[in-house]
Amino acid sequence: MSEFDPDGPTDVAPGEDDAESVLTYVVGLGLAVALTIVSFFIAGTSLVWGPSIPVALTVLAIAQMGVHLVFFLHITTGPDNVNNVMALAFGVLIVMLIMAGSLWIMSHMNHNMMPMEQLMQMQR
Amino acid sequence: MLGKLSWDAIPYDQPIPMAASSVVALVIIGVLGWVTVKGYVPYLWKEWITSVDHKRIGVMYCFLALVMLLRGFSDAIMMRSQQALAFRSPGYLPPEHYDQIFSAHGTLMIFFVAMPFVIGLMNFAVPLQLGARDVAFPTLNSVGFWLTATGALLVNVSLVVGEFARTGWLPYPPLSELQYSPGVGVDYYLWALEISGVGTLISGVNLVTTVLKIHAPGMTYMRMPMFCWTTLAANLLIVAAFPILTATLAMLLLDRYLGFHFFTNEAGGNMMMFMNLIWAWGHPEVYILILPAFGVFSEVVSTFARKPLFGYRSMVMATMVICLLSFTVWLHHFFTMGAGADVNAIFGIMSMIIAVPTGVKVFNWLFTLYGGRIEFSTPLLWSLGFMVTFVVGGMTGVLLAVPPADFVLHNSLFLVAHFHNVIIGGVLFGAFAGYNYWFPKAFGFRLHEGLGKAAFWCWLVGFYVAFMPLYVLGLMGMTRRMQHYDVPAWHPWLLVAAFGAAIITVAIGLQVAQLVVSIRRREELRDLTGDPWNGRSLEWATPSPPPAFNYAVLPTIEGEEAYWDIKQRAFERLQLRDEPEYREIEMPKNSPTGFVCAFFASFMGFALIWHIWWLVGVAAFGAFATFVVFAWRDEDEYIIPADEVARIDRANRASRRAVLEQMRTAAR
Repeated sequence: MSEFDPDGPTDVAPGEDDAESVLTYVVGLGLAVALTIVSFFIAGTSLVWGPSIPVALTVLAIAQMGVHLVFFLHITTGPDNVNNVMALAFGVLIVMLIMAGSLWIMSHMNHNMMPMEQLMQMQR
Repeated sequence: MLGKLSWDAIPYDQPIPMAASSVVALVIIGVLGWVTVKGYVPYLWKEWITSVDHKRIGVMYCFLALVMLLRGFSDAIMMRSQQALAFRSPGYLPPEHYDQIFSAHGTLMIFFVAMPFVIGLMNFAVPLQLGARDVAFPTLNSVGFWLTATGALLVNVSLVVGEFARTGWLPYPPLSELQYSPGVGVDYYLWALEISGVGTLISGVNLVTTVLKIHAPGMTYMRMPMFCWTTLAANLLIVAAFPILTATLAMLLLDRYLGFHFFTNEAGGNMMMFMNLIWAWGHPEVYILILPAFGVFSEVVSTFARKPLFGYRSMVMATMVICLLSFTVWLHHFFTMGAGADVNAIFGIMSMIIAVPTGVKVFNWLFTLYGGRIEFSTPLLWSLGFMVTFVVGGMTGVLLAVPPADFVLHNSLFLVAHFHNVIIGGVLFGAFAGYNYWFPKAFGFRLHEGLGKAAFWCWLVGFYVAFMPLYVLGLMGMTRRMQHYDVPAWHPWLLVAAFGAAIITVAIGLQVAQLVVSIRRREELRDLTGDPWNGRSLEWATPSPPPAFNYAVLPTIEGEEAYWDIKQRAFERLQLRDEPEYREIEMPKNSPTGFVCAFFASFMGFALIWHIWWLVGVAAFGAFATFVVFAWRDEDEYIIPADEVARIDRANRASRRAVLEQMRTAAR
């Protein structure tokens, strides 16, 4: 809590360290590029079973997010990182609430507002 | 060359906007002339416009809010008088003008009065309360303020050049789409809010970082004053919610400018998605406004009851629970849209649940007052007025959270009465409490108590006289935003409401008088000790007004009520702590970045509204160039020498020692 030290370096992000950081960024860039190339490759290939391609792309996308969080945004499990992890969790929670809530609300509304003939067809 | 802009844009044929805008123009020219003749321009430029000091920026936010309050209130007067007159007659405001007035009233009051007021108070007080030298990003802070001012400027320019939106304060499509609103009114609204929304987001990021990261040694989270907690919660909500507003309005802009179909009637657009998204921002927004006000009341109540805040931990919990739950209730703004009974039921129940932590807070304030030695100062009067008024407003809110009741009352004046009840009785009273409470800290002299109390009573009575009739009218079936009507039963109630607005006019007049009288009598109202209210939190340890660096030496915090502890120790020993060893202090340099950025943003916004594309390019380039120049600056800090620090702090210590001397002689 007493991270604020007027004499110390104040404009350094947590987890940032000169010698380490370049290597971190290079590894991160490599992984991100690799994941992107693999995604494009998978999307157009016939090597894997067709219906599994969307699942594979989803997995690769989540991995991509993980790479960004760890290597570029410096999210770690260290004790100096609690704020960042909490902020991330808050953000994810809000995005999920808004997205799931909107989809739920809109689907119910579309169902209720269905044009009459469509509704009749469903009841038939 | 000038896009859609021509001389026809100026409404020569409408006397009211022309008269109003020429008065405003005269006032602005008069003020500018006076400032120039008196030679205040260099002072204003160096000390205020380019200032990155959080206290100065906070004061400027509050000043902007007070000026915009006058503009928004003149709209309110026009609406009340129109409705008082328009029984079986067209009144004096034609429909297209009346529609602009209620739209401008809502837009101004929420975005350019309530928002700047609470952000200003947070900016001013929070770094002082945390024992910090400044906010986390001082120059960014200045950019945020000036972008907010740009938004306010654009809304006010629409009075003279062109028109404002006629869609209400939230531009619901399809009315706000190009097909039904072909004019520039909606564009003014959209660009003003896009630009000021960026400013708000910037200040949100800044204050979250400040509260989380910048503390005096020993100021742990559970020792922060309540106002810092509510600031944290409100700014987390800003960071989470304002991007939704920006994105939603950007989609409407794409519809209007580039022929997209997000919210149109045809081609697969879904206007209901706009209601859904705008309220996913809109409900957190009301908590962004009210949470800082809750923080102000917590500070004021415990200061003037001479007691620590009752239930500090439960207050923190309630604040953070509200912060989360505020994202789970947005559908209650459109129960009648047709999402069905089960969706409505869930959101109705969530809306009732969110009233619980607020109830916890009200009881905590009551228990803080209980058994206290209460001093009925102006800030405390505002707090007491808030407690009564806000509970009434909260109750009608819980009533509206019942979906079947909402089907009867939605879009009626009952709703209008409800949200004015919580926004005036909550946010505005909180802002006024904070204004009276922190004014001596900001300027070194107190506001006149007698006029402040008179203004409070006129506001309180005026509020009830103006808005209780609206509850009745809502139950009688009168909808909002009516330009004229022919129901005889409504007329007397609307006359009463207009009378209430007149009482509020007197209240605002008294507030202006309070400010003028206080400035003229500042010598007798001078706050010499820096602690005029016998305060408990750290900001009262600084002299009034505080020096640019706030604290000569960062204080070490050992308890929940930082300054109260320091004071008690001094009283016990009847002497101050030993003089610290003074060292030089590095402070951020003033920077015109914010002002120049906003200058270009204003032109860019105006050019986008009027389709002046070359100017859009020039202004965008200018704003970007400003950023590049700032990013390549060589030095951004200046040194305050140790002698200067010592001189300022010794004066502060001398004034406190004088208080102790008085006590010592009294003890003998």
